[in-house]
Amino acid sequence: MSSQDIPEENLPAEQDAHGAVSVADDKDPFADPGLPPHEHRIQDIDERAAKRSERTVAMLFTVSMLATVGFIASYVGIPHDKAIYVFPIGHINALNFALGLTLGLALFSIGAGAVHWARTLMSDEEIADERHPIEAPPEVKAKVMADFKQGAKESALGRRKLIRNTMFGALALFPLSGVMLLRDLGPLPGTKLRHTLWSKGKLLVNMNTNEPLRPADVAVGSLTFAKPEGLEEHDENFQTEIAKAALMIVRLQPANIKDKRELEWSHEGIVAYSKICTHVGCPISLYEQQTHHVLCPCHQSTFDLSDGARVIFGPAGHALPQLRIGVNDEGYLEALGDFEEPVGPAFWERG
Amino acid sequence: MSTNTSTEARRGKAPAGERVADWADGRLGIYSLAKTNMRKIFPDHWSFMLGEVCMYSFIILILTGVYLTLFFHPSMNEVEYHGSYIPLQGQMMSEAFNSTLHISFDVRGGLLIRQIHHWAALIFLAGMFVHMMRVFFTGAFRKPREVNWLFGFLLLVLGMFTGFTGYSLPDDLLSGTGVRFMEGAILSVPIVGTYLSMFLFGGEFPGGDFVARFYSVHILLLPGIMLGLMVGHLILVFYHKHTQFAGPGKTNNNVVGMPLLPVYMAKAGGFFFLVFGVITAIAAIASINPIWSMGPYRPDQVSTGAQPDWYMGFSEGLIRTMPGWEINLWGHTLVLGVFIPLVIFPLVLVAIAVYPFIESWVTGDKREHHILDRPRNAPTRTAFGAAWISWYFVLMIGGGNDLWATHFHLSINAITWFVRVGFFVVPVLVFIATKRICLGLQRRDRDKVLHGRESGIIKRLPHGEFIEVHEPLSQDALHTLTAHEQYKPVEIGPTVDENGVERKVKGTEKLRAKLSEAYYGEESQIPKPTVEEYKEITSGHGHH
Ligand code: HEM
Ligand code: FES
Repeated sequence: MSSQDIPEENLPAEQDAHGAVSVADDKDPFADPGLPPHEHRIQDIDERAAKRSERTVAMLFTVSMLATVGFIASYVGIPHDKAIYVFPIGHINALNFALGLTLGLALFSIGAGAVHWARTLMSDEEIADERHPIEAPPEVKAKVMADFKQGAKESALGRRKLIRNTMFGALALFPLSGVMLLRDLGPLPGTKLRHTLWSKGKLLVNMNTNEPLRPADVAVGSLTFAKPEGLEEHDENFQTEIAKAALMIVRLQPANIKDKRELEWSHEGIVAYSKICTHVGCPISLYEQQTHHVLCPCHQSTFDLSDGARVIFGPAGHALPQLRIGVNDEGYLEALGDFEEPVGPAFWERG
Repeated sequence: MSTNTSTEARRGKAPAGERVADWADGRLGIYSLAKTNMRKIFPDHWSFMLGEVCMYSFIILILTGVYLTLFFHPSMNEVEYHGSYIPLQGQMMSEAFNSTLHISFDVRGGLLIRQIHHWAALIFLAGMFVHMMRVFFTGAFRKPREVNWLFGFLLLVLGMFTGFTGYSLPDDLLSGTGVRFMEGAILSVPIVGTYLSMFLFGGEFPGGDFVARFYSVHILLLPGIMLGLMVGHLILVFYHKHTQFAGPGKTNNNVVGMPLLPVYMAKAGGFFFLVFGVITAIAAIASINPIWSMGPYRPDQVSTGAQPDWYMGFSEGLIRTMPGWEINLWGHTLVLGVFIPLVIFPLVLVAIAVYPFIESWVTGDKREHHILDRPRNAPTRTAFGAAWISWYFVLMIGGGNDLWATHFHLSINAITWFVRVGFFVVPVLVFIATKRICLGLQRRDRDKVLHGRESGIIKRLPHGEFIEVHEPLSQDALHTLTAHEQYKPVEIGPTVDENGVERKVKGTEKLRAKLSEAYYGEESQIPKPTVEEYKEITSGHGHH
């Protein structure tokens, strides 16, 4: 949008309509009186004051040297695992404290010395420098335009359209190779986000004890975390697998379960839900046993485990997926299949 | 060796420093460069140091960052910990976490450098934020400095991402949770979300690649771009010359201050050491990001009170307070509850970035501006800036809703609703209030110019009335208080031309006239005193 159409008189008068650095005059009491006269500092007139400043600066630089010596001494002398008590911070690492303070002091004193020197001993007379417009004068602009026209003409780019078009084509296409090269940054999503390690017959293994769970191990009011049997901390894919398979188990009174499907998929009131929040994927970790609510500590989404884990508060968009469980012949809790819907945050293909 | 005759004649006599300078000048032309720059004038004002704080903390980040790369292993291979921090011994963790523990506990001074690096990052971002606000509120972004405004803005945005990637490198429980948020947010992008996530993480989250990838982004790609931008930023500052506030002897055509050599160099150089010294002392005293107490990242574990670094707080607020809308249609899911915050996040930033262009369109002013505005003299701009900041802070409150709730015994629900309503209402209220305050201050300036300064001396008039004596202002003060420009609102002009033919008024033209009225209409500025008004008051019946 050009502003050509704004009439000149709407713009305020030029800043220095009074004329640059004009002298005060009776006609215009607001005129720019010009730079005020320079006022001398005590150091400019009293050599003793100047000497005092010099000593202060020198002292600051000396403090810096001493602090550096202190740094080296601390580095050599203080064991790296020694803790000391410093009021009011508390117990902290002695070496970190000593190194930081000595280095900090060494640096700060150099700075303080330089600034004090500049402020008290270097000339503090203000000087005015002229500004020149950033814009080029019209002659320069005309010359540049003419040069450019000449160059463009000599290249014959405008006349030989075939060269121009094929060149643009080539330049537009070659970056595609770069884009192609990025393809192997990762695999295509496929249905990866729909599956977890859970499958029919996999035992529910207690995260803490690493033992398969029996119904009797799940007490009312407690929150138990489980992983699928066969997944061990030392496995290469452990982190990626547990990010989807993490499970939480609670025992409710079957009579308290409001959701019909939830009741069907439970075992003696024991229900298993994905531990991964459906908002953006934090693990859920807090359980309130009276209300059967679980809370995600990240953004406080709250799910009602007695009612299909539906969202009752917070930014999560849908209920936690439930895992269908039962008991095998030996009396251990087992999965009766994988989750029927993707765990964790929602995504476009989720449906 | 090529020497010309004049130096030949002085051979052996010139001092070593001069000979080195001559050598360099013959190859680099340093004398011509120094001629224009060595005694370059820099105006002095405390707020001009904010940019320096940013530059120095960036240098500190590079210095300490390079040191950290000597010990840090950007690998997600899981290893068992056997270092000197007893509580974590035997635990599985990534090599990245392991090496960060090594830096913190076994490399002497390693913890200090890590903490300097992190504190410098926080100060760098805070510095850029405040520096940007100073530029905004004083109108320093006006022509010819719009490009430099954008450079600075890009530095802020890239700084946020550099900070975020760096924060994620140690692969601790807190930062991993942050990366998980990011993954969840990426998944919400319609159509391509899952692809982006797979490509970023080299497969499913967390996979084994992201630390190494973030590493090259954190130490090479982003700092490289930022270094380029920063050099460009400084070259432009030199080229445009610094702005200055109005005052006696200061005009749009000059720059008043102290020369680079020696005063400014000593002050600015000294200031680098002051900043470095203060950050180092903070790092000695205040621990930051104690990753050992959080432990290594596990996707199925979380620490409570998970908080990002402050500069990411507003995105956290967006994601926390957005209702969890999800639309399922034709087998696809539109995750609005996450996607909308993801879109608003850049929009909040862009709102401030494009402001200079909007203002220059409204004013239609194409002249160069080197004299800074006092914020009160640009009430609409100042109100917009204050509203923007309040927006940012409302979201930051949302980002810490659990902390506010526990510290002040409020319900999370109440805070969430406050933020939801505040997101729309607070900026409007702040806008109105700021504008009023600015106008009040303008009125006060006007009174000061016309009636002088309150002297605090009470005089009793012959008939018993008490008045306060007002001292007239010096000419310096009179000039300073009346030096600002005042725009008139743009008018659409006649809609019928001389021949009686109706002219079509374009919608943009109308919009501009409306905005211009809002900016510069009677409601939006107090006319500054004119010479006539001043003379009438001062010449006539004494002043009180
Ligand atoms: C430009 C601005 C930069 C910002 C805002 C920034 C910020 C950060 C932050 C917040 C961390 C986490 C530190 C922690 O608490 O552990 C970090 C880590 C790290 N940064 Fe930077 N950084 C920057 C530049 C650099 C540069 C230029 C390098 C190297 C050349 C670098 C190398 C590293 C390394 C190796 C780590 C991981 C080490 C560790 O966590 O102990 N950084 N960075
Ligand atoms: S990740 Fe659980 S509420 Fe956001």
